[in-house]
Amino acid sequence: MRRINTILVLLVLSAIGFVMSLAVINMPEFGDINAPIHMHVAPRYMQMSYEETGVPNMVTAILADYRGYDTLGELTVIFAGGVAVLSVSGRKRK
Amino acid sequence: MNPVVIRTITRVLVPFIQLFGLYIIVHGPVSPGGGFQGGVVVGSSIILVALAYGLDDAEAMVNHRIRIIMDCVGSLVYAGIGLLGIAAGGLFLQYGIIPLPFPPARINNLMIFLIGSAIGVHIMALVLSLFLHTAKEAEVDD
Repeated sequence: MRRINTILVLLVLSAIGFVMSLAVINMPEFGDINAPIHMHVAPRYMQMSYEETGVPNMVTAILADYRGYDTLGELTVIFAGGVAVLSVSGRKRK
Repeated sequence: MNPVVIRTITRVLVPFIQLFGLYIIVHGPVSPGGGFQGGVVVGSSIILVALAYGLDDAEAMVNHRIRIIMDCVGSLVYAGIGLLGIAAGGLFLQYGIIPLPFPPARINNLMIFLIGSAIGVHIMALVLSLFLHTAKEAEVDD
């Protein structure tokens, strides 16, 4: 039984590994200018972010303006986590 | 270990660490940094006080009630600035439309600065709360 399990696990793992290797082989070259990730919104951010947001720091422009919803959600998640910790361990001092 | 050395160095270092943290928060729109990182730096300066002088001194600097208030104010200011966009007739988190006597890019810059500060206040209080409560719990268990 143990041996069958091991063989099964090995088979599934090697199948997953094979599929992942196929995906990795088909990925664009590292640093390729024409990769899809560099074609979609990145040029707009690099060329227009200062005019559109008035913020010289591109990372802040994306975080706080283009992806403002995301940052607000992030802050809410952290807030919820903090409130949860305080409600568990924030007992009144004697 | 002699606590005098640690306490003296802490007393010298803490203002500089806090100043550096404020610099990171305030310069968020211009240089690498921002609310999250700067808030953690400012919070950790008070963690240093707690390590050198004990939990009660750190608690006296920023007590539980103030930390909760800072937490809530931080997130509410962010959401409130988002709602200002709706109040001015635009979309949620659309800063440029808020009616202030500046050009839109300037308003945007200002609002992003305010948001960064709000995040900084929030994260600072949160980091501090997590440390102080966990440490107090451990102290009670001993």
